[in-house]
Amino acid sequence: MNTQDTFVLGGKEFHSRFILGSGKYSMDLIKAAVEYAKAEIITLAVRRTNTKKEENILDYIPKNVTLLPNTSGARDAKEAVRIARMSRELGCGDFVKVEIMRDSKYLLPDNSETIKATEMLAKEGFVVLPYMYPDLYAARDLVNAGAAAVMPLASPIGSNKGLATKEFIQILVDEIDLPIIVDAGIGRPSQACEAMEMGAAAIMANTAIATAGDIPTMAKAFGNAIEAGRQAYLAGLGRVLERGASASDPLTGFLRD
Amino acid sequence: MVRVNGQEIDAAGKNIEEMLLEQGFEKGRVAVERNEEIVSKATYKEVILSDGDVVEVVSFVGGG
Repeated sequence: MNTQDTFVLGGKEFHSRFILGSGKYSMDLIKAAVEYAKAEIITLAVRRTNTKKEENILDYIPKNVTLLPNTSGARDAKEAVRIARMSRELGCGDFVKVEIMRDSKYLLPDNSETIKATEMLAKEGFVVLPYMYPDLYAARDLVNAGAAAVMPLASPIGSNKGLATKEFIQILVDEIDLPIIVDAGIGRPSQACEAMEMGAAAIMANTAIATAGDIPTMAKAFGNAIEAGRQAYLAGLGRVLERGASASDPLTGFLRD
Repeated sequence: MVRVNGQEIDAAGKNIEEMLLEQGFEKGRVAVERNEEIVSKATYKEVILSDGDVVEVVSFVGGG
């Protein structure tokens, strides 16, 4: 097996293929979750600063972890670009996860606005990771727009429902020449593992960990599952029989001639 | 009046750095946008707020 299996994004090399979200759980658990998950990338959001003295999330994230700010709250490309610029001005690098939604019921990404924002931000030198609905044509447009990876959703954000879009994610894995990072809806380690077996480059998860009984332990379970799925993908899965059986034992005579 | 994070405050004529200090923002931990344009940290003392300006002061929070 390839022991130097690294994952490159925006010129940076990563060993972990687990992108951890930091929403919906307490700050003192973030450090433990990062460590247990062995995550090297963590997502953040940008919001209006409260003037009351409050804890700053950056104090809880280990320094070697790459920050991936998102553009949540953006309803169109223009707002996403504004949020991305603000996040860059916060001084933590050029990575940005573009997410643009027009409805708050299903939180589905608006692919066409996402393509526009990706193009604008890539031109400004951002490493753009667009969150998208897994549509092949939209993914091709994102490639042409200068995306560094494509982040198709598995099922609605925060639903923990797993790989509802499995067939379409597989098409992206097969046809798109960029890392495919499965984002949103992955609820269990087994689902993360399955997406990795399919050839996804990485998994992004937040709610599955944030709503688990024991957050650091679930972060670790996800980390292990993602690694297992990656190894299975690199090994090449065994074939599936159309029908019938195939003995795993030698077929030479035994006890009978 | 200047609109900072949705609140009208009496900051016209002040520079960005003064406004941040008076409002209790931590300069090193925020990004500032004025009328939809980023204000770079290096210019906080030079950029003077005008009546009717719309300012956003943002920072990182947990998110997915």
